[in-house]
Amino acid sequence: MAVAMLSALALTLGVAACGSSDDDTGTTAGNEGGGAIVSNPDNAKVSLKIGSKNFPEQEILGEVYAQALQAAGYKVKTDLNLGSETVALQTLKSGQISGYPEYASTALTSFFGLEPEDVPADAQGAYEKAKAEFEKEDLTAFPPTPFSSANAVGTLTKTAEKYGLETISDLEGQSEKMTLYGSPECRQRIDCLAGLEKYYGLKFKSFKPVDIGLRYTVLEKGQADLSIVFTTDPQLAAEKDKFVILEDDQEVFPAGNVIFVTKKSVAEKAGPDFEKTIVQVQEGLTLPVMQELDARVELEKQTPKEAAAAYLESAGYTG
Amino acid sequence: MIGAALSPAPLASIEGAIEFILSPQNSNVTGGKKVGGFDQVVELAVNQIELTLLALALSLLVALPIGLYLGHRGTGELFATVIGNAGRAVPELALIAFMATAIGVGVLNLTIALAVLGVPPILANTFVGIHQVDRASVDAARGIGMTEFEVLRKVEIPLAIPTIFAGIRGATIAIVATATIAPLAGVLTLGDFIINQNVYGDNGVLAGAIVVALLALALEFSLAGLQRLLTSRGLKLSSA
Repeated sequence: MAVAMLSALALTLGVAACGSSDDDTGTTAGNEGGGAIVSNPDNAKVSLKIGSKNFPEQEILGEVYAQALQAAGYKVKTDLNLGSETVALQTLKSGQISGYPEYASTALTSFFGLEPEDVPADAQGAYEKAKAEFEKEDLTAFPPTPFSSANAVGTLTKTAEKYGLETISDLEGQSEKMTLYGSPECRQRIDCLAGLEKYYGLKFKSFKPVDIGLRYTVLEKGQADLSIVFTTDPQLAAEKDKFVILEDDQEVFPAGNVIFVTKKSVAEKAGPDFEKTIVQVQEGLTLPVMQELDARVELEKQTPKEAAAAYLESAGYTG
Repeated sequence: MIGAALSPAPLASIEGAIEFILSPQNSNVTGGKKVGGFDQVVELAVNQIELTLLALALSLLVALPIGLYLGHRGTGELFATVIGNAGRAVPELALIAFMATAIGVGVLNLTIALAVLGVPPILANTFVGIHQVDRASVDAARGIGMTEFEVLRKVEIPLAIPTIFAGIRGATIAIVATATIAPLAGVLTLGDFIINQNVYGDNGVLAGAIVVALLALALEFSLAGLQRLLTSRGLKLSSA
């Protein structure tokens, strides 16, 4: 079982790597991206400290950026143990770290007071809004990752097949027979149950609150027809035949794409390779790849450092 | 990761919490829908009381017969005290999650998990209460021809009522306070206000805590009243 899972992981990472290099050679030319990261001796005099919040996905991202920047010739240290986004932002502003990855939706709601309803569901829209806000505080936000970490409606593959579900809109006319489980806060939130009711016009047989640690247990037990999960859950990679997420076709869930935030002064001092390297290395971070990396750390117990290194190597950025 | 977002909210105040209890308030994550208010507080409080009474009933059903039997026989002291002590150290959330894989989440799961908190104090106090009844009184009762069951019912239980009730009251407080975690296992109780700071704000959290405390006090007073009713008149006079 474990061996099969590992080889499945390797396969997906390999496929993703091919995909990203194909894209690169197809759409961009020269040094704009793709292929291995080139070390630039000029960068050796620049020291950077990459931060992240202290949960697996953030630590993986912190490592991916740190190792990529190191490959580009920078002197890199890490501080991947920041407690929350408020702490991370303070640490960045005070100059203790050079930059850290933040979710666009979190930045907009937590830092800039937007209501979840006003956060764009498309990555570019959310990024531009966040970038403009960050600029007012002399911070720079680099473009977003392909993957978005957000709420999603999850279900068993066999349930999806039985009811013919691919998108959330497909629930229309069927949701009245279905029980939805989600975190307790989901019930009232517009970026969760309240949004599903308001924008999709869905009514569920019932909504049951449950600890987020049980979001897959209730599906497996057959108690929940539908369960609110996260797009980057490792379970979605490790048991991809068992669980599926329904596409958010009405864009109710705010875009949780990751944007790397740094200080303007740091970005200027670090030179053009700083942004270039970060944008280049995150190109391969599609949703399936991020799920795989989360699975490696959370289920296979690799360290974030090992998972990040494996990603960089198999996607052809290093080695 | 939406869940990780902290919504900026003013610090809680007693006035704010009382307003939250009395009338629905604005929230900045609900898309304009108001939250809290008297109707919702009552609905969740009723759920919390129902769950508490269910768990208390199960605790009594399990702990009373065992405590009475062992206390009357005067054996199993070790058993009663070990259960009494170990039961207090059970991690509720872990227990709920463990049972979730077997019986799912919901009322049954929570009733059992909360009864695990209620059994130890009731069992320990019942055992001690019965066991410590003056041996001379018990011997006298046997001497005038009472059966063992009559000894228990007419002598031991009446004399042990204060100790047994201390256990029941302790169990009730533990259960009603812990029933706040029910929204993590499929049942909406006042804990919803306490767990979801980002929906209800700090005033909602404080409001939830206040109402839970009031519920605990109300249950405590009700049980004290019930205890008075169940104490025989002779004992009341002698202790007065």
